Amino acid sequence: MEKNDTSPGERYTPVTETRFYTFGDAKNPFVLTSGKTLFPITIAYETYGDPKNKHRAILVLHALTGDAHAAGYTREETEKAREEGREPKPGWWHTMIGPGKPIDTDTFFVICSNVLGGCRGTTGPSSIDPASGRPYGSLFPAITLRDMVNAQARLMDFLGIEKIFCIIGGSMGGIQALEWAISRPDRVRSVIPIACTVRHSAQNIAFYEVGRHAITSDLGYDGGDYYESEGPHRGLAMARMMAHITYMSEKSLQERFARRLQIHEASPEDEDFPQFQVNSYLMHQGSSFVDRFDANSYIVITRALDYYDISADFEDDLSQAFSGVDAEFLVISFSSDWHYPSRDSKTIVNALRANDIDVTYSDISTDWGHDSFLIKEVIDGKLGPLVHSFLNNLDRELADANHA
Amino acid sequence: MPTMPERETAGLRARVDFDIVSENIDEGAKVLDVGCGDGTLLGHLVSNKRVKARGIEIDEENVLSCVNKGLSVLQGDIDEGLNEHYKDNSFDYVIALRTVQVVLNPKESIDEMLRIGKKAIISFPNFAHFRVRFGLLFKGRMPKNRLLPYDWYDTPNIHVLTIRDFIRFCNENGITIEKHFYLASLERRRTFLARIWPNFFAYFGLFLISRS
Repeated sequence: MEKNDTSPGERYTPVTETRFYTFGDAKNPFVLTSGKTLFPITIAYETYGDPKNKHRAILVLHALTGDAHAAGYTREETEKAREEGREPKPGWWHTMIGPGKPIDTDTFFVICSNVLGGCRGTTGPSSIDPASGRPYGSLFPAITLRDMVNAQARLMDFLGIEKIFCIIGGSMGGIQALEWAISRPDRVRSVIPIACTVRHSAQNIAFYEVGRHAITSDLGYDGGDYYESEGPHRGLAMARMMAHITYMSEKSLQERFARRLQIHEASPEDEDFPQFQVNSYLMHQGSSFVDRFDANSYIVITRALDYYDISADFEDDLSQAFSGVDAEFLVISFSSDWHYPSRDSKTIVNALRANDIDVTYSDISTDWGHDSFLIKEVIDGKLGPLVHSFLNNLDRELADANHA
Repeated sequence: MPTMPERETAGLRARVDFDIVSENIDEGAKVLDVGCGDGTLLGHLVSNKRVKARGIEIDEENVLSCVNKGLSVLQGDIDEGLNEHYKDNSFDYVIALRTVQVVLNPKESIDEMLRIGKKAIISFPNFAHFRVRFGLLFKGRMPKNRLLPYDWYDTPNIHVLTIRDFIRFCNENGITIEKHFYLASLERRRTFLARIWPNFFAYFGLFLISRS
């Protein structure tokens, strides 16, 4: 396979544009799983590749803090980078999606949308509540992963995509892909859940609860209605810093930082306690996160994750949950992932094969931890070739079946 | 568990035993290949016999090769791969070529193969072959040759057996041997000597078995 490049100037997906689809009004509101209604709903989405390949649509689902901008470069970013004299930053899965890349936009029509409850263009707590003319804030209803998938399905309807060739996502995106497969089996041809789980463990919940607590106990939180002030920046940064540790493996942290100190930035108070490099790395993760993410969204989405249980409607019987599924699966986990460990993926695989569903499973050996699916080295070396092969074989099978 | 080195999976498996397997399974059967390597056999069976193919393989690179061939393969250890998640008689055939001698619990594995499969096809190197016997008798060394290319310290073969051992095992465990094939080498299907005295002259035994 062709080697992926992320450097602009070489071959890359052209400038992309985030589009918006709005639906739902008082007469026809979007009904949440809880029975509450929400309207209007706006979904931010991007597409890559030629719409004439709609019959080969790939729906890309992002992780907890991702967004619709999966590949290519936005116009704003390109201009900003030019002004600042730096390389523009591409979308979060630029290494995966594009012409000649593992998810090949020469063959497939690719869609990525921001989740319901998010803060990157799709309706969420920071959106304006038409009832008050102010951001929803504390009034934003609790949503579920199923609600997010239902909203994505509305977008697929709007784009005229009935049967989706493949749904792929890492982490929360992977869980949503599974939800798609069980709630809309007739619309899903294949699924690639990466580094995901069927329900949160007590440890997952515990970590996210501490994160939410950091946010809500920040004085800036103000019960969730903070949009006219600075907001719970410290709490949100802290939540992100802690969560980020769980996305990395012990080994990768050790190799990257060990006990090295940040000596060049020594200031008087640093003399007694000089900064560890790992500290400043986490501080940077936290502060840059605050710039792009809303604290209420973080609470709403992590809660949706915590409460989600794929077998809740199936008397806790996981193989029962997958019994109606009619799709081919490529399940991928990472050996060093301790957020959603490989055994979680094996549980999915076992439930699938108990139902005699076509499933391929690979536990990719890597030190990069949970976030491996975002790492160029992992994508170039292992993840990309697997996904590429799976998609193209499936495409060939489909073509053969149509010819037969 | 060490994985099969390239010379064994690539060099030797693409031969007579593949043809024998292919000839002895039904068209369109449902097949599980345990320890399927790079998927050569399964790919062969898909194109020649239109089988519904599944595989289990421990090595990550091999799993990718299988995906390249369009096969459904699970990366996993055989010792944990054949568990309760497969229902009884899920497969027409469970195939384990040159695999029983490397698993932790061969009896358990074979029992599982015959639970989830209606029939099983099992092959293994015969450790009673005359070269092995003579090597041990005269040289006083563990067997090492083209077909058993390991030293004692790096061999994946942890449960070595002979053709006679296997036949006895089947008799004692209520397993029917429906067909047997004694291979003097992997290039030649049958030789006179291997037929008259398999436990002495056959390098490999290949059995089609079922639960009585």
